Amino acid sequence: MFDGFTAEALARAQFAFTISFHIIFPAFSIGLARFLTVLNALWLRTQDRTYLTLFEYWKKIFAVVFGMGVVSGIVMSYQFGTNWSVFSDKTGPILGPLLAYEVLSAFFLEAGFLGIMLFGREKVGPRLHMFATAMVAIGTLMSATWILAANSWMQTPAGYSINDVGQFTPEDWWAIIFNPSFPYRLVHMVLAAFLSTSFAVAAVAGWHLLKDGNNGATLRMFSMAMWMAAIVAPIQIVAGDAHGLNTLEHQPAKVMAMEGHYDSHPDGAPLILFGIPNPQEKRIDYAIQIPKLSSLILKHDLNAPLAGLDTVPDAEEPPVTVVFWSFRIMIAIGFAMLGIGIWSLWRRWKGTLYQDRWLHRASVLMGPSGFVALLAGWVTTEVGRQPFTVYGALRTVDSIGPVDAPAVGASLLAFIWVYFFVFGAGLFYVFRLMRQAPDRPAPSPDTQPVNTVQA
Amino acid sequence: MLFDLPFIWAGIIAFAVLTYVILDGFDLGVGILFPFAKSEQDKDLMMNSIAPVWDGNETWLILGGGGLLAVFPLAYAIILPALYLPIITMLLALIFRGVAFEYRGRTKRWKPVWEVGFAAGSAIAAMMQGITLGALVQGITVVDRAYAGGWWDWLSPFTVLTGLSVVAGYALLGSTWLILKTEGALQQMMRDKATMLGIITLAAIGTVSVLTPFQDPIYFQRWFSLPGSLYTMVVPLAMAALTWLLFSSLKAGHDARPFIASLLIFVVSFVGVGISFYPNIVPPSVSIWEAAAPDSSLRFTLYGTLALVPLILGYTGYAYWVFRGNVNPDEGYH
Repeated sequence: MFDGFTAEALARAQFAFTISFHIIFPAFSIGLARFLTVLNALWLRTQDRTYLTLFEYWKKIFAVVFGMGVVSGIVMSYQFGTNWSVFSDKTGPILGPLLAYEVLSAFFLEAGFLGIMLFGREKVGPRLHMFATAMVAIGTLMSATWILAANSWMQTPAGYSINDVGQFTPEDWWAIIFNPSFPYRLVHMVLAAFLSTSFAVAAVAGWHLLKDGNNGATLRMFSMAMWMAAIVAPIQIVAGDAHGLNTLEHQPAKVMAMEGHYDSHPDGAPLILFGIPNPQEKRIDYAIQIPKLSSLILKHDLNAPLAGLDTVPDAEEPPVTVVFWSFRIMIAIGFAMLGIGIWSLWRRWKGTLYQDRWLHRASVLMGPSGFVALLAGWVTTEVGRQPFTVYGALRTVDSIGPVDAPAVGASLLAFIWVYFFVFGAGLFYVFRLMRQAPDRPAPSPDTQPVNTVQA
Repeated sequence: MLFDLPFIWAGIIAFAVLTYVILDGFDLGVGILFPFAKSEQDKDLMMNSIAPVWDGNETWLILGGGGLLAVFPLAYAIILPALYLPIITMLLALIFRGVAFEYRGRTKRWKPVWEVGFAAGSAIAAMMQGITLGALVQGITVVDRAYAGGWWDWLSPFTVLTGLSVVAGYALLGSTWLILKTEGALQQMMRDKATMLGIITLAAIGTVSVLTPFQDPIYFQRWFSLPGSLYTMVVPLAMAALTWLLFSSLKAGHDARPFIASLLIFVVSFVGVGISFYPNIVPPSVSIWEAAAPDSSLRFTLYGTLALVPLILGYTGYAYWVFRGNVNPDEGYH
């Protein structure tokens, strides 16, 4: 069934498939682990049982999501070698240590304390349980830090030389880890994880609010999620813009593809809102554009010249259509999130946050949006890096190992089958947990009517 | 140089792999024994005995992959394409068994599906790990820094034997772990199973040991010339002592000693494999020095490893301590 596809195309499809599935779970785990830490801390501090109820509710969902993240992650640590062994041999000296640090400083931390977080509250007491919960959250963040250092190095490689067997050899670890795009990418990704989780939480809360507007636990989580949306969405837009400017500096061809700029614009480039990329003719058909706005955004000057893909050799041009669309999907969702955030602030101000049924419906609709945006952003940055695995230094076609198309095709099919089956079931269980309303929190002891014993 | 970094790293990687083998070994073993559970309560007990720790155990496998990529990238780049099918099968099997911990309690209708996934996934993963070991012993064809053999080179009677040996060995670890963690009828059943599995495992280890020197004459030399031959004396003696410890403690009804004996049987076997391999990392032609990453990579990773591994062992040990003692059937949060 994969006749006519090269081993390279199939290996790329396989990597894209396995990582796209995987990335959802850690992103959700990063957000949920932080949410759980906050909930547990608030419970210990205020003794308000609402927080404990929410902690127990989301803990179960976290456990399923985390489990899926672990098993799909084990696959990733071997995906470099099975199909991309030349890449592994050449970049191992740099990427390997970063991944090893991820395992040592993050995975063990998460795994070591996860059991205590899930099963150990009674066994270790509230303090150590809080500590374990925080360690799991810190572990997920550490993991993001190392993996994004590795990914960013592939985008904007620095601090290396090439040795006599063609391997990238580390010269300056500081330069490798803090490569030019790392801080931007890390912030953008972690915020994306927070936002995705907030909107997933908001959707669950919105769903239950539509059915029952009196459950204190539901109200509390809706309010918390809306605060996150209102605060993080604008920050994310600013961070994304900064990341874009950084990309313009280090990977201009990627930005040209994102913007759909086939042609150079010597006196101010338009912002193409929509259109249909036409790679054959190298133009955007039916473009709706605002003159000079792209120059204003990217260069802060209406008339600044912007180079287009006509300045990039064809052999180094990323696939425009994919990047053009994925970028627009991400941006559109980002602004929709901002809209929800502002809407919630307005309703909160009016005191009708829990009564606005349209806001609750919109939240349900936006539930998966964060993950879609995250994948779209991931596609933008990864496809935009093509045709290189290490930008400017190692081509994708030269990264593939000695594998044959039928073997890669067969394993791709196996991954597709197993992932849809296993993670489809997992998603079903997550949805089933979400469909259950959180318990109504028991009233706090001091508000309970006291049975006075008559003497 | 004062320290030979590739040598140190070979030691650390060997340590990580050994730690993985004995830790995930016992929890994969519990999975392999899962079909023998007689009641729902037995199943719950078996699952709960490893639920809090399996994830940490499997992290050592990720360290094996990540660590190999970091310090011996060439070995990583050769072994994975050479063992393409077994490795991918192992990964898929681990997916099925890993999600079973969470999924099993979430559904009534599909419970049997995830239970089969748990048991079969555990057995297949163990089998593939054994095949990988056998294929490495057998030797891998390398030309010009890349795997140069065929897709099915890994499959031979010898590798099937090593695969089955690892399944039996993991089941032995699993049964002795359950002797430690349970009581009553389940514990008694595991005692009987452990006795049988002990015989099978030791017979398998013996057969593999006898056949190994015939895989490549170099192994023969290593074992029967100095300094290898010193160990050649020690390894069988240690094995004999452990055999005695295993069976006598099973017979005497000890709870912990059979588990310790099986762990040590794995350690001694692992040392034996190490003697055969050294100084190669991909037998028969790639040595640890050829496969090693540049010194700057080795040194950078070493700092973190020396600082973090003791810490990891500390809190992993603590997690085991928290969940010590017999498993409570009502425990678990589902």
